[in-house]
Parts: sequence; C-alpha cells; structure tokens
Amino acid sequence: MSKILNKENLAPEIDLFTIDAPLIAAKAQPGHFVIARASERGERIPLTIVDYDRDAGNIDLVVQAVGSSTMEFCSLEVGDELLDLLGPLGEPIEIKEIGTVVCVAGGLGVAPVYPKAKYLKKAGNKIISIVGAQTEEMIIMKDKMEDISDEIYFSTDDGSLGEKGFTTDILTALLEERADEIDEVVAVGPAVMMKAASEVTADYDLDTIVSLNPIMIDGTGMCGGCRVTVDGETLFACVDGPAFDGHAVDFDELMMRQTHYQTQEEKAKHNCKIDKEVG
Amino acid sequence: MTERQQMKKQKPEERINNFKEVACGFNKEEALAEAERCLQCKNRPCVDGCPVEVPIPDFIDKILEEDFDDAVDIIKGKNALPAICGRVCPQEEQCEIECILGKKGEPVAIGALERFVADFDLDSDKEEEINSVEAKGVKVAIVGSGPSGLTAAADLAKLGYQVTLFEALAEPGGVLRYGIPEFRLPKSIVDEEIDYIKQLGVEVKTNVLIGSTLTIDELREEGYEAIFVGTGAGLPYFLNLPGENLNGVYSSNEFLTRANLMKAYKFPEYKTPIVTGKNVAVVGAGNVAMDSARTALRLGAEEVSIVYRRSRNEMPAREEEIENAEEEGIDFKLLRNPVKIIGDGDGWVKELECVKMELGEPDSSGRPRPIAIEGSNFTIPVDTVVIAIGQGPNPLLSKKTPELETTEWDNIIVDEETYETSIEGVFAGGDVIGGAATVIAAMGDGRKAADEIQAYLQGKNE
Ligand SMILES: Cc1cc2nc3c(=O)[nH]c(=O)nc-3n(C[C@H](O)[C@H](O)[C@H](O)COP(=O)(O)OP(=O)(O)OC[C@H]3O[C@@H](n4cnc5c(N)ncnc54)[C@H](O)[C@@H]3O)c2cc1C
Ligand code: SF4
Ligand code: FES
Repeated sequence: MSKILNKENLAPEIDLFTIDAPLIAAKAQPGHFVIARASERGERIPLTIVDYDRDAGNIDLVVQAVGSSTMEFCSLEVGDELLDLLGPLGEPIEIKEIGTVVCVAGGLGVAPVYPKAKYLKKAGNKIISIVGAQTEEMIIMKDKMEDISDEIYFSTDDGSLGEKGFTTDILTALLEERADEIDEVVAVGPAVMMKAASEVTADYDLDTIVSLNPIMIDGTGMCGGCRVTVDGETLFACVDGPAFDGHAVDFDELMMRQTHYQTQEEKAKHNCKIDKEVG
Repeated sequence: MTERQQMKKQKPEERINNFKEVACGFNKEEALAEAERCLQCKNRPCVDGCPVEVPIPDFIDKILEEDFDDAVDIIKGKNALPAICGRVCPQEEQCEIECILGKKGEPVAIGALERFVADFDLDSDKEEEINSVEAKGVKVAIVGSGPSGLTAAADLAKLGYQVTLFEALAEPGGVLRYGIPEFRLPKSIVDEEIDYIKQLGVEVKTNVLIGSTLTIDELREEGYEAIFVGTGAGLPYFLNLPGENLNGVYSSNEFLTRANLMKAYKFPEYKTPIVTGKNVAVVGAGNVAMDSARTALRLGAEEVSIVYRRSRNEMPAREEEIENAEEEGIDFKLLRNPVKIIGDGDGWVKELECVKMELGEPDSSGRPRPIAIEGSNFTIPVDTVVIAIGQGPNPLLSKKTPELETTEWDNIIVDEETYETSIEGVFAGGDVIGGAATVIAAMGDGRKAADEIQAYLQGKNE
C-alpha cells in the first residue's frame, strides 16, 4: 500500500499526486515509470514518474481522469492509499551535456517531458520548451516548466495562451530559423503529435527522443501487450523503452493499437458513471 | 479388477458458460472405492515416478482406514501444495504411468486421490499444526512466488530461517495465479496454499521487481545471506509473422493474465477488458494453448480452434486437458501452420493464413519434423488470435545483474548438484533454469535448492 501525501489539481480532471514510495524514489531516474492500481477491481495504469525526492522518499505522478480506472484514481484524496505501486520501470533516458535541447510537450505530455528537461538542464544543457494544449486552462505545470527552461513558447488550439495552433507549428518555425543551434529534440504527447514532431525534425536530421504510451498490463516484459515496432523490429515498450528514437517508431501502428479497447472503455466508463449516480 | 472411478465433471454444455471448476473431485465413497484398488506393491513403482517421491501407497492406505488427517500429513511431508498438484500434475506421465495396474488395465487414480485428501484438509477447520522451530536469525530472500519459490520458502521457513518472498506482480502464485485458469485451478485454493506458507512465517512482499526496485546486490547488503531465484519463464514468444501486431492478436500470457489475474472475465465489474470475437484461433498445443482456447470459449467465442503444426500424438498438453477441450467443442486443426495474419484494413485481425503440413523424419527434439506442403495455403476467418507457442525466462533480472550467467536463451545457469548460480550464495530453480516446465518439477527444484541453501548457510556460519 502506498499512501497519498499530497494532491494538487492542475487542470480540469488532471491531478498531481505525491506518493510515499521510498524504494521507488531511491531508484527513479528521468524516463522511468510506475504501474499503479487504485483498488482490486481497477486496471493497472502506467504512469510517468514526474518528479522524485530521494531524501523524502516520495514520487510525483500526474493522472488525467479519462477512463474508469483513472477516474477512480483521481477520486482518491490525501491520506488514501494505492493498493499497488510497482517501479521504477522502463529504461531511463541518458542525461548528458549535449548543448541545446528543444523539449516539446503536448497536453499531458508535460508530465514525461518535465523530468527529462529538468535533469537535462541540471546537466548543463540549454532548454527551449514548447508546451501546448487545447486551452490555457489545460496547460499543466506551467511554472515548473518555466523554471527549468531558458526559453519557453506556448501554443493552444484556441489561442488562449501563446500561439494559436500546434506545438509542431512552433517547432517548425524554430527549426527554420535556428536549426543549427539545436542538438536534440525531446517530444512527448499524443502519438499524432510525436509523429508530426518526428517528421519535422527528420528534415534536419535532428536526434529526436519520444516516449511511447501503448496499452500495458504488467510493465515487466511478460505480456507483450505493449509491443511497438521500432526500426522494423518488435520491441516491448515497458522494458525496451518507453523512450525511443522518434525517427524509427511506427506511429501508425501505435495509434492503431491504442484503440484496442475503445468499445470496452466506453462501456466501463458508462458503468462507472452509473455506479456513481446510484451509489 | 474393479474399474477405475471416473471423476465427475461439469457437463460440457454447461461448463463452457462459466468459470467454475470443471472436475468436481471424488466424494468419500468414490475415494474409498478407488483406494481399494491399490495393490500396496512392495517395490512401489509409482513412488519412483513421482518427482518429489510422495509415499503414494502409504497415503492411499490411510484413505482406506478413513484417516484422512494422516493421509494429508504423509503427502505434505513431501509436497507442500497437494491441492494444486492433485489438479495440475501430469500424473499420466509420472506416477500413474508406473502403476502396476496400468500394465493390464487402468492405473490407480493417484492424482484424484491426492486431490481428495488435500481438499478434505482445506475443508476441515483443523488448525494447521506448525511445529515451531528455533529461529535461526538468518535471512533468506526468495525471488518469484511461483511453485519453485513457494516450495523453497516453505522448506526454509520450516528449518527456522527468516524468509522473505519478493514478487513482481500484485499477487503471489506465479503461473498458478496468472496463467492456469479458475476452471482448472480455483484461485481460492492458491490463496489457501499461500496462507499456509505465510503461517509458516514467510513474509510475502508483492509489487517488488528484483533487478529494478531492489537489486540482488542490495538484497545482500540488506543482510539476506542466501537468495533463491525462481522467476519462471514469463517472456512470451511470438511467431514473427506479418500482421502479428494487429489488434486482436494476443500472446497467451497477455490473454490469460487479463482473464485470470485481472479477472477480465468479470468485466465491467472488474475494469480490465479483453476482446474475444466470434472466431478465435489459438496457435500451439500445450497446456497453455488448451487453457487459452477454453478460456476464449468461456468468454463467449463461438468457434475456437487450436492450430498445431504436428499431429495429435505430438501435442504436449496433458491428455486430460486435450480431452476436456475436445468435449467442449474446440476444433483441432492439426498439421496446420500459420504463415501470415491478415488484417481488415482498420487495424484488426480478419484472417489467419495457414499452410498444411506433413510429418517427416524425427528432428533434434525427437519428434517428427513438420514439413510445409507447398501451395496448400488456406485462410481461417478469425477475430482473435492467441499465440501460445511457448515462453522463455524474462531477461530483466539477468540484464540488471551482469554477473549472473545465463544461456543464450536467458536460462540462468546453475550447478547441477547445488543449484548455485555463478554468484555465490545465489541459487535458482524452476522454469528459469529450463527443464521440465511443470509445477511439480519447479517444486522439486525449490525443495532441492532449499536443502542446498541450508547446507551452504551451515557451512558459511560455522
Ligand atoms: C497457462 C499455463 C498452464 C500450465 N499448466 C500446467 C499444468 O497443467 N501442469 C503443470 O505441471 N504445469 C503447467 N504449467 C507449467 C507450470 O505452471 C510452470 O512450469 C511452473 O509454474 C513454473 O514455476 P516457477 O516457480 O519456476 O515459476 P512461475 O510459476 O513462472 O513463477 C515465477 C514468478 O516470479 C515472478 N517474477 C519474475 N521475475 C521477477 C523479478 N525480477 N522479481 C520478482 N518477481 C519476479 C513472476 O511474476 C512469477 O510470479 C502451465 C503453465 C502455464 C503458463
Ligand atoms: S503402483 Fe499402483 S497399485 Fe502399486 S502401490 Fe503404486 S498406486 Fe498402488
Ligand atoms: S506491459 Fe506487458 S510486456 Fe510490456
């Protein structure tokens, strides 16, 4: 059982949880994730370790209530306990001094981008961030991203913050002007966004790290449900990733596989809402 | 010679609609009648066939005397998990194949009798007598809670060691929990057996992935003087065919984990979903394939087929499970091998393209080599494909522990006599070291490794 120490609402239906997890905090590195389950009937949910405090022995997770299991997770409050928490999982990303790194974060993608950007900054890199969401209200962790960025740009679908449009529009413009200044791109967000960002950077032959979010169960390499095609080879995102070279990933397959349980999800969500109304 | 008692089973047409146990077990009368058949042979060939040497005629004799408590104690002296073994051991290739009665007629139903006695024990309120031994104050870690880890843990706890069992998944039991379905091994039985092991003083820590959450080195730093690794064979193999990543294509591990561990068969009450359409093809013919096929049927599939490249004779599954599958209407497409998985254009599997096979000369495995008949390709309409062609050890732990030597297939290499790995004080057994891949063989390894661990610790602490 892992206790919730703090809960902060970041945006409608998006919460940041600080969780007591000393063993995981002791090992966590940027790029790692955990598998969490709120209760016995819930699904196992993979979540990025957004931040960690080794001394205090806790980790931060960001959860968006999109499905029935994440809705249940977000209904937990400070003092409640998670039934299961397993981690740290996956391979961390390499943190070294490379020069200037552009960090592109779409929607909830800020959660996985933030730890990478934070530690890349600490390692002496210059960080240019591009953060986007549908509306200003949906931009999460704005202050934290500003703190660790040397330059930061925003985009929203409705223009309520920064430029009206997509993060990739800003990325394209940035590369057109200053591609030679940039040494690497980190892009995390919805698969369509990562695909578009990788296409943009391919023209400049810029190393691009993406972090994939396929459906997972165990997170330890025993089910193969998280398989992704990278450079023509089938890999398991939970153990071989979740970070991969964006230019090698088959994003169309990833997007297709993410829809596997759409019909069931709707049913479970519906059921969950009925439960709430009745109970 | 009287006839072998047949165990009652749920009727096929009923059981395919539920997840309740298929085989109902003997009642007392049936057990007594079956026990009566045993000749109490002096040379005890059945015992030689048992990988853990359960004194079979002795416990059968106690059944005849209706002293079921003693019968249980006799079995438990050699086998800590009799309710499980009575259900899933391949007795037909172990003890029962050696039974003298089998030479002329049918062997004694040893497995069914073992199950009867174990179930009697579980049903009785009798408090488990735990002989308290003097605590040695020596810590031992067990990695993985499958049958090998559970057995090693139980044996070492009985000897007075302070045992902690680390399991990556949220619930202990290994394959008994996530692989073998409820209708063949009720999870309440796995729970009871694990409770027994906890009563022996074993501390069970779930959600700890050794190699990641804690490393082998860290376990040693924390004062564990010996470590047993029983991490099983959890890595699913795929066919490497085009279309294998289409939606609707599962590894048997994923399919069974969703259904069993996460209880997807109770969706949406339990929130983990699973997809089985009308037509399901399961590739492979071992126990895992039978379990997958029969699970698919119970999840509502209309047509379920087993696709296997050899013939019925070579199928590795237990005879009983093949018969159960046949009774339930699973269609066996034998001498057929998949060559391609075809999608519907929207990312979902639509057809399985196969080729017909014929059997040639025996290959290195001793079984006839299947040879494709050129130009015999045909397709089967499918909504779901489950790949059940085998598993290997999960390489995670060995990758994170470079000093741990493995074969090229990631099996941990151990000394045949001592079960010790390339790291001093670290032992391994069960599916992770390769070999028979049965529950009882894993238990046998756990037991022998526990003995060796005791010897090692005594030598070390002298
Ligand atoms: C579907 C299915 C049906 C089967 N049917 C039968 C049958 O009818 N009869 C029979 O005799 N055998 C059967 N078998 C085979 C039998 O179950 C196995 O041989 C046996 O369970 C092996 O035991 P084990 O202890 O080696 O490992 P497992 O049972 O595989 O357990 C290993 C455990 O270790 C955990 N683990 C792995 N890595 C780590 C780590 N790094 N840190 C912590 N924990 C870890 C795993 O999560 C797992 O719980 C079947 C197998 C399957 C999959
Ligand atoms: S071989 Fe058969 S008949 Fe003989 S003792 Fe064993 S179970 Fe009984
Ligand atoms: S989530 Fe099961 S193998 Fe990756």
